[in-house]
Amino acid sequence: MTALRRFFVLLVLFAGLAPGLASAVQPDEILADSKLEARAREISVGLRCLVCQNQSIDDSNAELARDLRLLVRERLKAGDSDAQVRDFLVRRYGNFILLKPPFDWETALLWGTPALLFAAGAIPLLLGLRRRRQSPPPDPLSQAECDRLASVLNADIPSE
Amino acid sequence: MIVETGHYALALALAVTLLQSVLPIWGTRRGDLGLASMAMPAAITQFALVAYAFAALTYAHVVSDFSLVTVVENSLTTKPLVYKIAGVWGNHEGSMLLWVLILAIFGAAVASFGRGMADELRANTLAVQGWIAFAFLLFILLTSDPFARRFPAPFEGQDLNPLLQDPGLAIHPPLLYLGYVGFSIVFSFAAAALISGRVDAAWARYIRPWALIAWSFLTLGIAMGSYWAYYTLGWGGFWFWDPVENASLMPWLAGTALLHSAAVMEKRDALKIWTIFLAILTFSLSLLGTFLVRSGVLTSVHSFASDPSRGLFILAILILFIGGSLVLYAWRAPALRPGGLFAPVSREGALVINNLMLTICCAIVLTGTLYPLVLETLTGDKISVGAPFFNLTFGPLVIPILLLMPIGQSLAWKRGDFLGAAQRVMVAAVAGVALSLVLAAAQRGGPVLAPIGVGLAVYLILGSSSELVSRIWGKGQAWRTTLARATGLPRSAWGTAIAHAGLGVTLLGLAATGWGVERIAAVKPGQTVDLGPYQVTIVKLEERQGPNYSEIGVRAIISQDGSTVTTIEPAKRTFPVRQTTITEAGIVTLGFGQVYISLGDQHPGGSIDARMFWKPLVTTIWIGAIVMAIGGIVSLSDRRLRIGFARRAIHGRLSGDPVAPQPAE
Repeated sequence: MTALRRFFVLLVLFAGLAPGLASAVQPDEILADSKLEARAREISVGLRCLVCQNQSIDDSNAELARDLRLLVRERLKAGDSDAQVRDFLVRRYGNFILLKPPFDWETALLWGTPALLFAAGAIPLLLGLRRRRQSPPPDPLSQAECDRLASVLNADIPSE
Repeated sequence: MIVETGHYALALALAVTLLQSVLPIWGTRRGDLGLASMAMPAAITQFALVAYAFAALTYAHVVSDFSLVTVVENSLTTKPLVYKIAGVWGNHEGSMLLWVLILAIFGAAVASFGRGMADELRANTLAVQGWIAFAFLLFILLTSDPFARRFPAPFEGQDLNPLLQDPGLAIHPPLLYLGYVGFSIVFSFAAAALISGRVDAAWARYIRPWALIAWSFLTLGIAMGSYWAYYTLGWGGFWFWDPVENASLMPWLAGTALLHSAAVMEKRDALKIWTIFLAILTFSLSLLGTFLVRSGVLTSVHSFASDPSRGLFILAILILFIGGSLVLYAWRAPALRPGGLFAPVSREGALVINNLMLTICCAIVLTGTLYPLVLETLTGDKISVGAPFFNLTFGPLVIPILLLMPIGQSLAWKRGDFLGAAQRVMVAAVAGVALSLVLAAAQRGGPVLAPIGVGLAVYLILGSSSELVSRIWGKGQAWRTTLARATGLPRSAWGTAIAHAGLGVTLLGLAATGWGVERIAAVKPGQTVDLGPYQVTIVKLEERQGPNYSEIGVRAIISQDGSTVTTIEPAKRTFPVRQTTITEAGIVTLGFGQVYISLGDQHPGGSIDARMFWKPLVTTIWIGAIVMAIGGIVSLSDRRLRIGFARRAIHGRLSGDPVAPQPAE
């Protein structure tokens, strides 16, 4: 069902917008200054289309996404830095608009998960390694155990 | 009438699963093997009943029986036959029935082909499989009845969501479910092992073929979903880190870790407790995915709260099975004795690192997917966790896995020689670095990551075969000997090399996205646009009529240096019944790259908005996934793995089950 859910959401969006379907970035939105346009695209990729499901405004067909794309370009033309554009949008719409959540007390666990898990996995492994080095090797299998293992493991192989 | 019998078969199947759930456990407890062996006919009967119900629903869709709610809501008399059939699972009720059907297929397959297994293990495994089937059949019958009637029946249906009227719907969900649900059997094996308290290397060998089947299908299913999204959604993306995609990626990551740890367990009797845990985890993540997708919790926490019946039911199943299996694990696992010592530098050691990294990757996807839901529930604050987060956290963890992969593959079991292994992959490493440097020098100021990624991909592709080469090749050796050595290698070694190389091929495509070209313009007939190495000339713009839609199509010629290469025909379709418009992207494959054009708004002056891409090597993303799945199948054909299958060849072919997955010979 990878894409199905997305389709259902899109369906709702499309149903609201049909028949005037807009495609993602439209030609009339593109800025003449290609450097500014490239910055606008890069900012757009990190901004969530607020009425869509987990889609950036750069990808989205929704009217709101178009408005936001135009807004980003307006701010850039007015001379804002990338950070200023993002701050402006966060003030308006909250952190929800950022696809990369900021690091704060609410998201500390989210950002910390990789490091925490790495520690949680690596530390026992290293400790186990040290303990293993210090302990003597175990007794080998007895003949009876070996035979039983062989009979279980070779049960499927037809004799050739 | 057929519909009624289908509904009845489903209720009967529920009763059979109840027997399947209880009798084997009771039998093995009492030492009554005759009673325990009831599990086998029960599993096969359950499959037959669910298959009948599924066939009945398919029949209702094919003949457009509009007295059924699901048919009314998802079908249309004029809909092409293939979509009438695929439409069976293009909705909640039908897709849940497909889910249970595949669950039953796997249960019946174990019942039919598991003759080489210990009787007690097989009976208990089928019992656990029965519990899962019981829970989901109950879910279907109580909350998602695909056979619900509607009176009076309308004369015409509401048609299937146009986005779903695509060959992708016919292929993607069955493949994905075969993978997703296939891991249920591994879960059942793990629970059965915990119930009986006996886990050994033979157990790991029993589960490997099933895990390989499920993994191969899941790989194909995810790749197919990705390609479907790529060509349907019209902006050329192939992976969005969407929660629904993540839901299928998590079992894949855990399943990949499981395959590797099961290999350690089988060869060296080590990592037993961990392997059991992964077996439980993998299917738990499949269940979680089912919950996320089916409950509506993803769209919004509030929409879940407003119609919670289905969501709460699946949540209860989720808690019961994940919680229950973890309790069983916590209770029984300490009784399992760890075995098989190995030095840190060894194949096992490398696989432990592989498992650590894959599990962390999986956990990142899990936290990233659930964090916004949990945060909103707890604090009411809404945040978004999207592609930039995953690229930043997931990416750096994957790179060490990729770097270590060929080296780990070249290490010996038990006690390896790191320098020797590194030497064996030296050729691959040098080739990769050299290629990166050449590409970086040639492009001057292009994307930084693309040449690095391509170098890494080449290192992976060459490196994954270096172990084979070192085992086959000998200096001054006759080619006959080489050939004999090559055919003498176990298939699982070939499978490993192929699957690892497949990952390299996928990486090649991912890296090459950095060199993609995009043009967005309003175009009209006669106009030519430069697109990477090609020129696109718009020839005409016309309106056409399809069976249940109308469309605006563009015809364009792709040329290179003045000579025509091919034509491309993107379109925009409007489906009147659903008042929906979708883009049909025009896609042409040239070499391994693709030209991709999707259409937007039409303007009064006769021009139309178009988004045009040149995507070099993009097809290798999915080709790599197919290669990975082929690796899985080749490994599956290894004689040592075919516990049940080899038995079947001996015992004659009386019980040949046509739908059970067959190993490739």
